[in-house]
Amino acid sequence: MTRTPALPQGLPRRAFLATGAALLATPMLSRRAFAAPTELTMLAWYGHAEPDVVAEFEAENNVKFVPKYYTGGDNMLGLISQSPPGTFDVILSDAEYVQALNQAGYVEEMDPADYALSDYFPEFQNFPGNWQDGKLFSLVTRFGFLGVAYNTDALTEAEASTYNVYWDPKLTGKVGHFDWHLPNLGQLSLLTGNKAPYDIDEAAFAALQDKTRSLRSQIGGFFDYGGTFSSLNDGQMLAFCGIGDWITGVLEKNGAKVRSVIPQEGGLQWSECFSIGKGSTKADLAKKWVQYITSAKGQAKSAQMAAYPAIVPNQKGWEALQAENPAEAKRQGMTKEAGNAMDMIRAGRIQNRQWPLQQDLGAWNDFWSDYKAS
Amino acid sequence: MRRMPSLYGLTFSLPLLAWQLLFFVFPLVFLVALSFWTVKNFTMQPGFDPVNWVTMFARPVFWQAYGTTLALATMAALVTSALALPCAYAVAFKLSPKGQRWAIFLMVIPFFTSYLVRVYSWQIFLSDAGIINVLLGRLGLGPFHLLNTVFATLVGYLTLCLPLVVLLQLFSLIFIDRTLIEAAHNLRCGRLRTVFEVVIPAGRVGLVIAALFAFILSFGDFVSPIYLGGGDPTTLSILITDTTKSGQQWPRAAVIALTMIATLMVVAFAAIRFAYKGRAK
Repeated sequence: MTRTPALPQGLPRRAFLATGAALLATPMLSRRAFAAPTELTMLAWYGHAEPDVVAEFEAENNVKFVPKYYTGGDNMLGLISQSPPGTFDVILSDAEYVQALNQAGYVEEMDPADYALSDYFPEFQNFPGNWQDGKLFSLVTRFGFLGVAYNTDALTEAEASTYNVYWDPKLTGKVGHFDWHLPNLGQLSLLTGNKAPYDIDEAAFAALQDKTRSLRSQIGGFFDYGGTFSSLNDGQMLAFCGIGDWITGVLEKNGAKVRSVIPQEGGLQWSECFSIGKGSTKADLAKKWVQYITSAKGQAKSAQMAAYPAIVPNQKGWEALQAENPAEAKRQGMTKEAGNAMDMIRAGRIQNRQWPLQQDLGAWNDFWSDYKAS
Repeated sequence: MRRMPSLYGLTFSLPLLAWQLLFFVFPLVFLVALSFWTVKNFTMQPGFDPVNWVTMFARPVFWQAYGTTLALATMAALVTSALALPCAYAVAFKLSPKGQRWAIFLMVIPFFTSYLVRVYSWQIFLSDAGIINVLLGRLGLGPFHLLNTVFATLVGYLTLCLPLVVLLQLFSLIFIDRTLIEAAHNLRCGRLRTVFEVVIPAGRVGLVIAALFAFILSFGDFVSPIYLGGGDPTTLSILITDTTKSGQQWPRAAVIALTMIATLMVVAFAAIRFAYKGRAK
């Protein structure tokens, strides 16, 4: 009787076992690549967890962002306060709300050594609200300016270079308000001569209210985010109060005849900061995200975010953007040319948007509701 | 002597009771409780403080928005009913049964599309450079300022309510006893007079209920006043969002919402009382 060999001729038993083991181990070796991605929750304005910003980080770190988008700082605070600790791993906040996050204990302390702070422009290394008692709680990641948004067919840049243009008779019924009191009243506070637009006494606040009321007959509507886009895009509104390049920049890139200008009375600055949520079980990964988005590469992405563009505080981010998309760097004033974004801040033409210092926030909001209904 | 409800009866009535308790009574009770809470540092604090009621009712803007909303909803109910009636009448009395089925089908179709999308599409028609003004421009008219006006808000309300009001009116008119109409004609009553003296009184319940639905839907609508009216003038639904947007004042928003619910209940009871007034039990 002839025995059939169990192994193919020429393949020794040891080699067979090694090959078999290697084959069996292959799925284990590639397991990392096929493992379910780790979910990282992000509380942010719309756009921050969209593929144009996060896809690269997600692929490199096998992460999947689960965004919860809010529609304003108050909405953000409400969502955090009504959620158990650890619900949100990463929190994006407007700068004026960062202090409230710190005081309520909603965010973790951050180690400044973990981040490329030395690459930041000096003005942003100790950004207001990011630090408390020498401890870092959030990191400014992008900012933008608010001025006069205008239709370039209806107004010249020179005409739009003052907030007084809102009272122009040819704009009656064609001036829109972004429906939030802080940027609108801040801009009109600058117009009434308040160098620090949110640090005004009762007399100045009364004067601001009078000035604002005098604008009411010019107003064509009060718009949310979507309404602001559509009314500017279709020419329904020819000038807008309370916004800036974060809206007109998107429209301009898509061919709409709109632009923003910082008027002679000065402009406001909005800023967005990233924090790590208190009680996050993925704090290391959250830290990695903040490191990424504040690095030169991440900053260039953030500057070009599809939802709304922004200026970034990292100098190396400017350089990365200039190399990657020089036209956008120039459009947003992130170049070495005189009159760039930092020069405007250094010349004192820009004031931070913030909560009123001498009045209750509710007083400003109540006036805004009264103004709308008047 | 009252009989105990049978198991058969309970089987059919209990789900309705459970539904009403879960989705109407409990949320309403919570809303009432919420209106007495306070807000500190953006966080709601349970308690029993009437401050929100006092604050809201003392604000002129609240009563201004209340008056505006009441007027707009009343106008929407009247205009919608007036526009819907000829349509419902024609379908009920002039079309064959097959034509009626097609008409009902066509009136259900708008509900397949999101109301928000329909309202957004109106912007394309109503804007200064929109379709209506372009067409009027060819006739040498305009441009007229249509978008971000009360007129545009009413167009939105019509978009929301008209198909439903036509359907409700139709189901009312379709079941009117035709012999009454024939009798009116035999007595030499003209067509128009027959409509006002026979058809409308006979279909009063359905017509009033249809108008009531238009009022209820318009009174609470947020989409049309914002996206077609440009948020101007302020309605109660806009005031609710304004109140919650700043400082997380949900308790104050609850006061507005409860006032709206109370108003709707009063209007609904009054409308139903009027609809059934003088009818045999």
